[in-house]
Parts: sequence; C-alpha cells; structure tokens
Amino acid sequence: MTWTPQQPIVSLKDVHKSFGSVEVLRGISLDVMKGEVICIIGPSGSGKSTLIRCINALNDIQAGSITVEGLEVNDPKLDKLALRRKVGMVFQQYNLFPHKTALQNVMMAPIKVLGQDRAEVENRARALIAKVRLNGKEDAYPGELSGGQQQRVAIARSLAMNPDVMLFDEVTAALDPETVKEVLMTIKDLAADGMTCILVTHEMGFAREIADCIYFTDRGVIVESGPPATFFDNAQDPRTQQFLAQIL
Amino acid sequence: MTMYCLHQKPKVRGHMPVMLPMRLRADGLPLADRLFNLWTLTALVLALAAVLIGPAFAQLATPDERTILTILLEWTPTLAKGFGFNVLISVLSMLIGTIMGVFLGVLQVSQIRPIRQSAWLVTQFFRNSPWLVLLFYCILLIPFQFEVFGVKVPFPGWIKAVIGLSLPVMAYTSEFMRGAILSIPTGQWESAESLGFSRRMTLTNIILPQTVKRVLPSWMNLYAVLTMATPLVSIIGVDDVMALTRAALSAEGRADLLIPMYLYILSWFFLYCYPISSLTRVLERKYSVKL
Ligand SMILES: Nc1ncnc2c1ncn2[C@@H]1O[C@H](COP(=O)(O)OP(=O)(O)O)[C@@H](O)[C@H]1O
Ligand SMILES: [Mg+2]
Repeated sequence: MTWTPQQPIVSLKDVHKSFGSVEVLRGISLDVMKGEVICIIGPSGSGKSTLIRCINALNDIQAGSITVEGLEVNDPKLDKLALRRKVGMVFQQYNLFPHKTALQNVMMAPIKVLGQDRAEVENRARALIAKVRLNGKEDAYPGELSGGQQQRVAIARSLAMNPDVMLFDEVTAALDPETVKEVLMTIKDLAADGMTCILVTHEMGFAREIADCIYFTDRGVIVESGPPATFFDNAQDPRTQQFLAQIL
Repeated sequence: MTMYCLHQKPKVRGHMPVMLPMRLRADGLPLADRLFNLWTLTALVLALAAVLIGPAFAQLATPDERTILTILLEWTPTLAKGFGFNVLISVLSMLIGTIMGVFLGVLQVSQIRPIRQSAWLVTQFFRNSPWLVLLFYCILLIPFQFEVFGVKVPFPGWIKAVIGLSLPVMAYTSEFMRGAILSIPTGQWESAESLGFSRRMTLTNIILPQTVKRVLPSWMNLYAVLTMATPLVSIIGVDDVMALTRAALSAEGRADLLIPMYLYILSWFFLYCYPISSLTRVLERKYSVKL
C-alpha cells in the first residue's frame, strides 16, 4: 500500500502501550494530515511523551497500529532508518552531543548515517543554523550555549535529516522564560513552511495560535479534541474544563 | 606488597566516577595518591641524604673502599637500563590491557544478556586475582616458543610478564568503561537513535568519545599503580630494575649498601610516578568542576 498525500501522514489506531503491568496508553487514535500542526496537552503522567515516542519507535506498542507515510511502525521487520529519516524528534533536555560543536552536531547524522557528501552537508547545516537564528554560533560547544540556543541547535540537527514530520516533546519546559519565545518562534517558522508538527506543550497561548487541532489526554486516553477555538472556549468534558481552569 | 591491595569500586549502575572526585580517590585506586605527595618526597630525600652522607664520614677511615655514592653512580647505567625495562613493560601492559579493557567494558553493557554476563565474569575474575598469581599463570601456561610455519618464534619471559600484567589492567579498564558508559545520560542514546544512528554507531561516535574525560583520571591512576607493580616481574625471572639491584648488591657484597640502593631505586619510581599522580589530581578537579 503506497501512501498518497490525501491520506493522513501519521495515523494512530487504537494504540495500547504498557510498561510491565501498567497500561500507559489505553486506545489512542488520531490522524495528522501533511502540513498540519497538532498539539497534545494534558496532565503530567498522562502518557503524552510515551505517545509521541511511539511514533518514531523509541517505544514499542502492544496493540493497535501506527503508520507514518504508510510505513507500519509496529512491524517487526520495520526499516527503522527509513522511519527515522521521515520523523525528526526534539526532546525536553535538548540532548545535544556535548563533545561536538553546534555545526558538527547538525552535520553528524547526515554524514555518518546517510553517508552524504561532507561539503554539501556543511552548506545545508550552515543554512539551518542561520534558519534557527544562530549565525555566529556554529563553532560553539553546547556547554557554551544557553538552553534556548541549545534547543534551537537540536531543532536544526533534526531538520538536517530532512524529515517530513517533526515531534516536539515539551521542548520549552526546561527553558528560562526569556528563551522560551525564541524557540517557539523557530517552531512557528517551521510550521509556516508547511512542516507537519506534533507537539506536546504546556504553552497554551502558543498552542492556540499555532495548532490546527488540540488533543487533550488523561490517563492514557484522548478525552477531547478539536480546533483551538472550540477546544479552549467550549470544552465539553469536565476533566478538560478542570485542567484548563488550573492552567489558564 | 602493597600493590596487590587494589580497592574495589562500588558496582552501582550508573555510578559516576567523575561526579564524585573525592569518593573516587577514597574507593578507587588510592595507593598512587597516598604514596605520591610532597611529604613522601621530603621523607625520601631526607632518608636518601642520611644514608649517603652518614656513612660517607665513617668511611673516611678506610680509603681503599669506595663511597656509597660512588658505587651508586657506577651502577646507575645498568640500573637505568633495568628501570627502562620496567617502564617498557608498564607501557606495553597498559596499552594491551587498555585495548582489551575498552572492548570488554563495551561488552559489559551489551544488550545481549549472555555476552554481558560473560564479560562481567571475566572482568570480576581478573580484577579480583592477585597480580603475582596472574603472572605465574602466564609464565606457566604460555609456551616459551611458538612454531609458525616451521619457524620457531621465541616467547621470552618479559613478554609473558607484559601479558600477565595487562590482564588486571584490562579488568580495571573494563570496569571504568562500564561505569563511564552507564553514566552518560540515556538522552544521548535516544537522540542518536532518533537521528537514525545504529547502536554500534552511537557507541563509537557519541558515547565512547564522551567516556574519555570520565575515565582518564582513574586510568592514569591505574598506570601509576601498575608501574609500581612492575618489580613483581623480577620474581618470575625477568631482569628488571629489581633483579638488577639484587645482582648489584650481591656483586658488591656490602651490607651498608642495601638500604641506600633500594632507596635510590625507590626514588626513581617516585620521580616517575609523582608527575602522573599530580596530573591525575589536576584532571580530576578540572573535570569534576565542569560536569
Ligand atoms: N520507561 C518507562 N518505564 C516504566 N514506566 C514508564 C516509562 N516511561 C514512562 N512511564 C510511565 O508512564 C506514564 C506516562 O509517562 P509519560 O508518557 O512520560 O507522561 P507525560 O509525558 O504525559 O508526563 C507515567 O506514569 C510514567 O511513570
Ligand atoms: Mg513528558
């Protein structure tokens, strides 16, 4: 079965995931179309990170199905590299490689994993660093950069693999308030360029502004979802209302 | 025989040697640090001066006898060759032991259980065996020559000694590596994985380079301890500085030479190991601040 852009680029159907005897995802279904931006919100421990990590096979699932561009993620014969070329991921803790400069961080995977030409990769990496507004920081080591700067390098590093979908797991949660904005700006630029984005975030204002659809998760299920306007102003489920009342 | 008493390191998952510089010194390989400090140096110099100058006056009465200082200087070229041999043995053991140890350490964090367990067993076995016993085993078990395509290749005792001493080095390095690899945040593995790196590529490109800083101080400390252990090879018949010292003493046949000559050799070891030890401490401090 070949994937066409009319079909969802990412599709989850009744996904179940347990850690030992604890069921963390209890039947999650959602579809994301190409170019869409969706935000997943919900209380801590509700399974948001687990959900997003299942999409690029960092976690396996026990039941249900996940497809990315028609690629069956839960297939034991899955070509993981093929999946990871399609899906980029940015983590809360940046996870830059501390022994490499910003530029080297961005260049490493295309050269080592994809075997691409170094000169060509370097041009692209420099352009990406400019795109995340870090000109002049190419030769800085992660330890010399602020949290926000590190996170933008991490975004550039992911983009260097030319993914079709980007996953963001609370990427601003570890940042100082003044650097949160610069990272959100970067993500907004990406979304404006048509990148498909799946974000876990606690930045409600940002979610409202950027998302095509909001999903609210609680204890491993999607309680409610909808476009930001309806979701934020007209939440139906009492759990959603309670969560929004606390956070807004 | 202090060199056998290498202390055990705690076998804690994710134990972070670099994060605990003080504890590392207390639990790890404390000998080098305790032995090599300025107090020891002062004591050594004073002792050497005392045994050299004291008898010098007494010997004025018997002019036909050479002074101890003269004898030491006469023997110095021979002893220096022996000491060079000790250094050579220590460097080679360290080299071979480190290469094998890094490999074994990586196997200790393998995802395949039998491999992980075997590597652990090998590490523990060699880490908890007396070095002298390992040396004896190597002397006894390795033939003194090999036949390769009909050509007899001799396998002298000192090479066996190198192999014998590389075994504990391997075991300690393996343990250092395991600790260092486990101390790297899992986020490094995950972000590499999400970028398409295989496990092996992650290890070689991302994890192992980061372990260098963490392992370096303990590893240098190990080298100092190893160097001090090299006189053990004289027991199994290798002509190292210790064996040559004994030979020199019996050739001279003078009882008053005994203490000065051993002190003289001791000071060589001191002068060789002290800078290594100091550098280790500097590195420990430097990296512990940074991490
Ligand atoms: N590797 C793991 N092993 C065991 N339990 C885990 C693991 N990762 C997450 N969990 C558990 O799964 C639940 C959901 O975690 P997570 O997906 O991180 O939630 P969220 O990101 O929404 O805060 C939590 O109860 C957490 O303790
Ligand atoms: Mg989370």
